[in-house]
Amino acid sequence: MNVNVEEKLFQNRYKVDHGRPHISIINPAVCSAECKTQQCTQVCPANCYKAEGNGSVSLITDGCLECGTCRIICDDFRNVDWDYPRGGYGILFKFG
Amino acid sequence: MEKFDAIVVGAGPSGNAAAYTLAKAGLSVIQIERGEYPGSKNVQGAILYSDALERIIPEFRDEAPLERHIIEQRMWVLDDDSYIGTHYRSDAFNQVPYNRYTILRTQFDKWFSEKVSQAGAMVICETTVTDLIMDGQRVVGVRTDRENGDVFADIVILADGVNSLLAKKAGFHPELNPGDVALAVKEILFLPQETLESRFNVKEGEGVVIEMIGKITQGLMGTGFLYTNNESLTIGVGCMLSDFKEARIPPYLMLEMMKNHPAIKPLIEGGEMKEYTAHLIPEGGLKAMPQVYGDGWMIVGDSGMFVNAVHREGSNLAMTTGRLAAETVLELKQAGKDMSKSNLAAYRTRLDDSFVMKDLSKYKDMPGIFHANPQFFTTYPELVNNAAKTMLTVDGVDKKSKEREILKSFTSSRSLLGLMGDAYKMWRALR
Repeated sequence: MNVNVEEKLFQNRYKVDHGRPHISIINPAVCSAECKTQQCTQVCPANCYKAEGNGSVSLITDGCLECGTCRIICDDFRNVDWDYPRGGYGILFKFG
Repeated sequence: MEKFDAIVVGAGPSGNAAAYTLAKAGLSVIQIERGEYPGSKNVQGAILYSDALERIIPEFRDEAPLERHIIEQRMWVLDDDSYIGTHYRSDAFNQVPYNRYTILRTQFDKWFSEKVSQAGAMVICETTVTDLIMDGQRVVGVRTDRENGDVFADIVILADGVNSLLAKKAGFHPELNPGDVALAVKEILFLPQETLESRFNVKEGEGVVIEMIGKITQGLMGTGFLYTNNESLTIGVGCMLSDFKEARIPPYLMLEMMKNHPAIKPLIEGGEMKEYTAHLIPEGGLKAMPQVYGDGWMIVGDSGMFVNAVHREGSNLAMTTGRLAAETVLELKQAGKDMSKSNLAAYRTRLDDSFVMKDLSKYKDMPGIFHANPQFFTTYPELVNNAAKTMLTVDGVDKKSKEREILKSFTSSRSLLGLMGDAYKMWRALR
């Protein structure tokens, strides 16, 4: 089964803080060279992390649901710098 | 520099309960919320248990935005194309005062926050607290992302949710363990009210909840749920993060497959999806609970791991811990005592005397047992479904032989010793 999570995220309301992502990968070389499993690319519920063809991991936080999964499952390398967006920015749940 | 009696970080159920209780008693309270409006960052199933809120706002039923009161609870154990389960429906649940309701958190939290403002607290939104301000070992205030955004108070109540970043940054507790949190994803599906009511056999205002366990979580430790709101259904699934990490299954894929289960699909058919959300639930229980108070600070709600995962209770523990933290502060203020760690130990005493710690103590071994015994989520759902199928299929085979076949299926997949061991483990964990 194929699921397009972008279609789901399209239903959500966001106020994106352009140019100020609230999450970043601390050292991209760790993802490509040391992390064999790259679980963030599978488990992030908004599919913000993508496994690129060259073995690296890219991150775009625009669709982030601010759950915290990526930070906690990166417990082998602690390679995710995770903060909340600035006040008022990020996901704005309509129903919660 | 303005100083308050109390700062409350976060406007979810625990923060609102704390801020409301403090402000109502006349203390100067500032509550800081990072969302555009209270509720805009908050996610829950969501079931509201009346009792916890009634102890804070007795008249809430007349004012709060509630969806449906629950008159029927279904528990399903699912195999790939079947389920076996129990339904409990009672007219006693249809008599006022109702015991539980479905709610939509953004609407409910907005209402609760208005009550907090009316009680006299200053509620500041669109403001993220970035750090705790320390004086030595003592928390004396918070730093926000606003200009000149430092705020000071005698006590800081951390109601900042499951990620609990502030206490972590301050070194009060370590990062969450993937084995101590569940990741849940859900969708809200809108349906015409009449369709929903006929599909679930309820009248206006009446609701049904379905809790599910089994193959829908694809071997991972977790549960699924389907709740009826006024004109919508909430469907979701959640599993331990450690299991997600290992299995590397996209949670939205798991949810989509669950929505296509032959027992579930007809119930949600035609539903228009209007929001997709994800949230972590702190399910580590008592053994994973951090220190919840110290000099000048207290933790309430999800931030302190106050969730009873076995009974799917969280918001009631959140409101109760928020209220108990506030009552501790009020008691100390009245006695002229300061908010030192030793004085705030009274919070722990209040927690211990309440259902919160009694329930968490009762189930302290459950997370570990479920972790170590995945058969509860895979083998058993399959076995009981097959047993029902065998007994209920009329095919000329005599019932005694069918019983033997079922017993054999149990002992061959789980051995007699394994079965007895599992029964013992459950008994130990639940007694």
